Amino acid sequence: MTASVAMHLSDGVLDASTSVLFGAVAVAWLAVAAARGRIDVDDRTAPLAGLLAAFLFAMQLLNFPVLPGVSGHLYGGALAAILLGPWVGALCLSVVVVIQALLFADGGLTALGANMTNMALLGTAVGFAVALAARGLARRSRAGLLAVAFLAGLVSTVAASAGFVVEYAIGGQADVSLGGLAGVVIGVHAVIGIGEGVITALAVGAIVRVRPDLIYLVRTSETRELVAA
Amino acid sequence: MSGGVLYRPGDSPVHRIPPQVKLLAAFAAVLGVVATPREAFWAFGIDLFVVLAVWSVAGVPVGWFARRAVIEAPFVLLAVVLPFVSGGPRVDVLGVAVSQDGLLAGWNILAKGTLGVLIALTLAATTQPRDLVLGLQRLRAPAWFVTIATLMLRYVDVIAGELRRTRIARISRGDDPRFLWQAGAVARGAGTLFLRSYERGERVHRAMLARGWAGHMPAGPAAPVGALRWVAGGSPALVIATAWAVAAWPV
Amino acid sequence: MGGGRVAGVSALDVRGLTYRYPDGTAVLHGIDLHVEPGERVAVLGPNGAGKTTFVLHLNGVLTGTGHIEVAGLPLSPDTMREIRRRVGVVFQDPDDQLFMPTVADDVAFGPANFGVTEPELGERVRAALSAVGMAEHADRSPMHLSEGQRRRVALATVLASDPELLVLDEPSANLEPVARRELAEVLLSLDRTMLMVTHDLPYALQLCPRAVLIDNGVVVADGPTRDLLADADLLAAHRLELPWGFVPQP
Ligand SMILES: Nc1ncnc2c1ncn2[C@@H]1O[C@H](COP(=O)(O)OP(=O)(O)OP(=O)(O)O)[C@@H](O)[C@H]1O
Ligand SMILES: [Mg+2]
Repeated sequence: MTASVAMHLSDGVLDASTSVLFGAVAVAWLAVAAARGRIDVDDRTAPLAGLLAAFLFAMQLLNFPVLPGVSGHLYGGALAAILLGPWVGALCLSVVVVIQALLFADGGLTALGANMTNMALLGTAVGFAVALAARGLARRSRAGLLAVAFLAGLVSTVAASAGFVVEYAIGGQADVSLGGLAGVVIGVHAVIGIGEGVITALAVGAIVRVRPDLIYLVRTSETRELVAA
Repeated sequence: MSGGVLYRPGDSPVHRIPPQVKLLAAFAAVLGVVATPREAFWAFGIDLFVVLAVWSVAGVPVGWFARRAVIEAPFVLLAVVLPFVSGGPRVDVLGVAVSQDGLLAGWNILAKGTLGVLIALTLAATTQPRDLVLGLQRLRAPAWFVTIATLMLRYVDVIAGELRRTRIARISRGDDPRFLWQAGAVARGAGTLFLRSYERGERVHRAMLARGWAGHMPAGPAAPVGALRWVAGGSPALVIATAWAVAAWPV
Repeated sequence: MGGGRVAGVSALDVRGLTYRYPDGTAVLHGIDLHVEPGERVAVLGPNGAGKTTFVLHLNGVLTGTGHIEVAGLPLSPDTMREIRRRVGVVFQDPDDQLFMPTVADDVAFGPANFGVTEPELGERVRAALSAVGMAEHADRSPMHLSEGQRRRVALATVLASDPELLVLDEPSANLEPVARRELAEVLLSLDRTMLMVTHDLPYALQLCPRAVLIDNGVVVADGPTRDLLADADLLAAHRLELPWGFVPQP
């Protein structure tokens, strides 16, 4: 969940050179992702990525309060990683981040690189790493899969916010104590991440029951047993 | 997407600027704002004036932007907090000692963040979502991006349709859709909504393929944009960039 | 275009087509169908028989196992684009098909994808829309049309691509009686090879000299529409029913 300070960074939080630096990081990473995770127009990945992007975009319209001053909506890094894998997941999220900035002014245009790095790249990569590490548990039972989805949602949210701390350390515009900043930002996002984890788990749970074939993480012969369980 | 969330239909000169020009101009303008030194207060005044001028040409009322700009609220919070938590020499403001550096940093976020949001909102208010994607397509965005973004805009309609149908079906069966109820039901139903939309999305995707869709909109060759339109469309960004150049010039 | 008929080559040849949906539902169990150029064939069958699933294979939108050939061209990943140009499918649900901001844009979508450019593009759009009687709605949003109007526009979107084989999934559903008759006139005037899925048996009889009956993913009957509809036992066995009082002339 986002709309907190550390995600959808606005313009002016980072200086111009840092903004450009992370723009380059994002472009390079996406080039790799595009090479590794093919989007074939004829294939199922295209509608799935498009639908997930639209879904995350639509969910943004349903903001709900998390803490005073912080509202949240599903941010989707872990969900994308679990459904689409780390590469296509990153592509999908980056489209969401760009379109949100262009259509809702959510996240500054010059902060696009940083926002893509945090949410589309770090978030999906870390979410997928967690899910992959715990794949044994995910395949054991439905409850296991939900637990893994929850954990991936939680950790990916914290990872994305940690990306902000790093960016702020490089190009932040005020000298606040970094330790303090990290503590606050990561603490808040641990709370927000619980919500993200719950929604990720609910969504994955609903999908695996009906269309296990849509879930990258478990798209193997084992899926059938999983549904039966 | 049939009706963009923020798009305000119109036929002003701003609406008519080709989307690729508008996109580049918006990016250049925001970059100019961000690069402007924070002490150059006058430059931000000029930037704001440019934005106001574009609105008056576009015929979009100031109040509309003011209401939409609340998306930035979390950053206002950050801007307010910074003067109190930053280090460095202190100054007195209304009898409270605050960090001078923090004060400037707060102002910096407030001014640049606000201008950034206003510029992006101007783009969103005067450009149809699908034209934005078309603009990105013409600016040579990668094929995967155009494919996902095109499907995404198509699917936002699908999802809205599914939500509407589900809601109507629930009301007709005696459900009481008060807002909070609805938020709860939506949160619970997120997975179901996703699936319903996906299965419809699959059919939509098939229908698009059946008519020869190849991943991008058949836009045909883009009408060449004359130098004059580039200058006209880019002029606000040019003014902002000039303000930046003057402000940043080492004296 | 529209013709391209080579003597001795059939318009459509399907052999041993089987398909299972990703969730495991097995739907088609070996469909065989052979259609000659210029034939109009009705595809009948109860709900859930697999008619729509079958139709989606004809332009490679779904890919099962088996062999499909359109006017002599076997369906494969390499020929997909050409096959899609040759086969026009009007989907069962017009909401799946229509999505552009205006009716005219939507009708232009297919031919533009296949490389038709102005001024021919505009000409095709106008012709297709007048063929279905929707010319005066060209600039409206498809979302704001009634169901029957959307169905007509959906047909126009396919007509505009000028396919050789026209495949219609329940074209008469939700049409008022006059529109239903007008649609029949449009279809009869097209002189095109046609496959029409329908539950509207009198309509099948009026439009299609030949009918195939699909149930449970296989073709269970294939012959002159009149003979099929006269076979009360066959109809009853596959949950088909003529409208009350309708007696096909022998
Ligand atoms: N996307 C899907 N995933 C799984 N099963 C499906 C899907 N679409 C259809 N089916 C199943 O396949 C079977 C055949 O469906 P199909 O839509 O082809 O029937 P139909 O003959 O067109 O029926 P109708 O007359 O109701 O349109 C049905 O049992 C249906 O439940
Ligand atoms: Mg059907």
